[in-house]
Amino acid sequence: MPASPRTLLDKIWDDHLVCSPEGEQPLIYIDRHLVHEVTSPQAFEGLRVAGRQVRRPEATFATPDHNIPTTDRRLPIADPISKQQIDTLRANCREFGIRLFDLGDADQGIVHVIGPELGITQPGMTIVCGDSHTATHGALGALAFGIGTSEVEHVLATQTLRQSKPKSFEVRVDGELHPGVTAKDLVLYIIGRLSTEGGTGYVIEYTGPCIRRLGMEERMTVCNMSIEAGARAGMIAPDQTTFDYLRGRDLVPKDFDRAVARWATLPSDPGARYDRVEVFSGGDVVPQVTWGTNPAQVIGVDAKVPDPTAMADASDRSSAARALEYMGLESGTPIAAIPIDRVFIGSCTNSRIEDLRAAARVVRGHSVASRVRAMVVPGSGRVKRQAEAEGLDRVFTDAGFEWREAGCSMCLGMNPDTLAPGERCASTSNRNFEGRQGKGGRTHLVSPAMAAAAAVAGHFTDIRQWRYH
Amino acid sequence: MQPFVNFTGVVAPLDRANVDTDQIIPKQFLKRIERTGFGQFLFFDWRYLADGSLDPAFELNQPIRQGASILLARRNFGCGSSREHAPWALSDYGFRVVIAPTFADIFFNNCFQNGMLPVKFDEGDVDELFRRASAAESAGKPYRLSVDLVACEVRDDAGFSRSFAVDPFRRTCLLEGLDNIGLSLRHVDRIAAWESAHGIAAVTGK
Repeated sequence: MPASPRTLLDKIWDDHLVCSPEGEQPLIYIDRHLVHEVTSPQAFEGLRVAGRQVRRPEATFATPDHNIPTTDRRLPIADPISKQQIDTLRANCREFGIRLFDLGDADQGIVHVIGPELGITQPGMTIVCGDSHTATHGALGALAFGIGTSEVEHVLATQTLRQSKPKSFEVRVDGELHPGVTAKDLVLYIIGRLSTEGGTGYVIEYTGPCIRRLGMEERMTVCNMSIEAGARAGMIAPDQTTFDYLRGRDLVPKDFDRAVARWATLPSDPGARYDRVEVFSGGDVVPQVTWGTNPAQVIGVDAKVPDPTAMADASDRSSAARALEYMGLESGTPIAAIPIDRVFIGSCTNSRIEDLRAAARVVRGHSVASRVRAMVVPGSGRVKRQAEAEGLDRVFTDAGFEWREAGCSMCLGMNPDTLAPGERCASTSNRNFEGRQGKGGRTHLVSPAMAAAAAVAGHFTDIRQWRYH
Repeated sequence: MQPFVNFTGVVAPLDRANVDTDQIIPKQFLKRIERTGFGQFLFFDWRYLADGSLDPAFELNQPIRQGASILLARRNFGCGSSREHAPWALSDYGFRVVIAPTFADIFFNNCFQNGMLPVKFDEGDVDELFRRASAAESAGKPYRLSVDLVACEVRDDAGFSRSFAVDPFRRTCLLEGLDNIGLSLRHVDRIAAWESAHGIAAVTGK
C-alpha cells in the first residue's frame, strides 16, 4: 500500500522525531538553535548550576540584537544593565564554545535576518530561538518557532525539545498582489481575518500562486508575522526561489546540488490533508494600516477608523473602544488623515535589502516632513553594507532620515530608540501593543513603502497614488 | 522545580482580552540576567501611575484582591513575545494559576516550566467566574477558588465545580516538580541514535 500523502510539516516532523516514550510528550530533534542576549542568560546559568554542557555548540549560533544601541558602535554601551547583558552573552559563548556574531562583527544583526543571510537556515530543518518571531525562518521551508528560556536551556543541554505535534493549517493565497501592495500588506490582511488567536495550536503553511510569486525576503515577512495570528510557526515549501537564494551562502552544505535534490522532496504531497484550510485572494488586498493595539486591528489605507459600537462581538467591541482611547483616535477619521510624528523602518519583519530598496524608491527626491523624525535601522551589518554600496543610505540621509547600525531597535524599544508618550509612529515592525515602542507610544504597522510615504507626507497616504521621482 | 500542591486562594479578575506579554512585563525589565525579582514589575504600565504610586483604578490594586494567587482573564491571554519573564513575573507576584478561555501557545508552555498551571475553561464558565467574583467582592469578601490538580478540578464554596483538561505528562511533571531536562536526558541513547542515523558525530553532552 502506498504511504499516505504528507504535508511539509508531516515530513519535517517525522524526520525529527527522536522518541515518543509511553506517557511522555515526544522529543523532537533540533537542527539549529539561535541565541540572543535577552532570553538566554538564565538558561546558561541553569546549565552551570546543574553541571551540564551544550550538546551541540556547532549547531548553536548567537548574536546580540534586542538590547543594543544602534548608534556608533565604537562608543561604549551607556546603560550598565544592558552592557552586563551583552557581556554575559559573550562570556557564555566563550565558556560553552558557541559561535558569536558580536557587536562590531561584520555579520552581526537581527537573529532572524542573519540566520537566512548566512545560510544557517535551510529547508527541512527544525530551528528554535528564544524569540517568537523565529517563525521567519519557515520561509525557507524549515519548521521554526519561538521558545521560552527554560526550553532554551533544554535545547542547549539535549539538542531536543518536548513537543506535541501541532495541527496543520493551510493558508492558500490565490491570484496576485496589485502594484504597491506588498507581502507586509498581505500578512496584515490575513491576520485581520484570522484574528490574533486564529492560528493558535497550528503551524501555518502558506501556499498558492500568490505566495509562489513572492521573493525570498517577502516570504520571510509573511512567515515572520504568523505568531501575530497565534501560530507558533509559518512555513512555505522550498522551490527554485529558495534554492537560488541559498546558493553560495556561507554555511550551506558543500555539496549544494545534492542538498537541493533532498530539499526538493519536502513540499507537501498532492492530496495531503491539513487540519484546517482558509483561502484568500491576493487581488483583494489593499495597503494596510493598523488602527488599534493588536495586529488584527487593521484596515485598508483608503478606509476610515472603524466604529467599535458597530462590531458584532462584545469582546471585540470593548477591545476596540479601549484601543481607540489608547491610540487617541476617533472612529470615522479617514486613515489617510492621521498625522504622524515618527517613522521606523526596520525590525525582523522589514529590514532586509529589498525592504530598504522599496522605501528608498519612495523617498528618492523627497524630504521628510518637518513634523516627522524618521529612522532606518538595517537588519544586519551585511544589509547595511549592501545598502551603502547601492547609495541607499544617501537617499535616506539626504531626505532627512537617520541611518543607524543593525539591531532590533524601536521594534521593541529595549535600547534607547523609543517613542515618547503620545507620539504616533508609522512602523514597519510587527507589534502595535500598548507601550511596545515606548510607554504611551502609538504604533501603526505598515509596509516599508507606506512608512516611507508617511514620512514624506507627514500622515498616512495611499502608496498606490505616490509620485515617484 | 517546586511541586504543585492543591490550594485555595484569592482570585484577581482581569476583565481584558488579548493581554500580551508586553503588558505582563514591559521590555525595560528584560535586561536583568536573573530569573527572580520580576514580580515588582508585573503589569508595570497598568499598575503604576507616572509618579510611581499604585494606580487605584487597576484591577490588581483593589484592596480586596491583595494576596491573590489565581488570575482570572479573558481569551488569548499571554499573546505576543516568547519572554518567559512573563510567567516569572506572575509567579514572583504570587500567582500559581491563570484561568482563561484560551492562551497563546508559547506562554502556555512557559507556565508549566515554572510550576504554574494555566486552566482553560469555556467562555460560559469564565463568565460565570467573573460574575461570582463580582458578587463576592460586592458583598465585601474576596472571591476564593480551590484548585485541585490531582482531581483536575476547580471549586468554590458556593457550588461551582468544574473539571479541566491537562496533558497527563505535564500534570505529572507539575505534581512531582520534575526536572524536565533530567527527564529528557534519560533518553540520551535515543538522541545519540538519532544523531548517528543522521550522520552527526560531534556529541559533547553528558
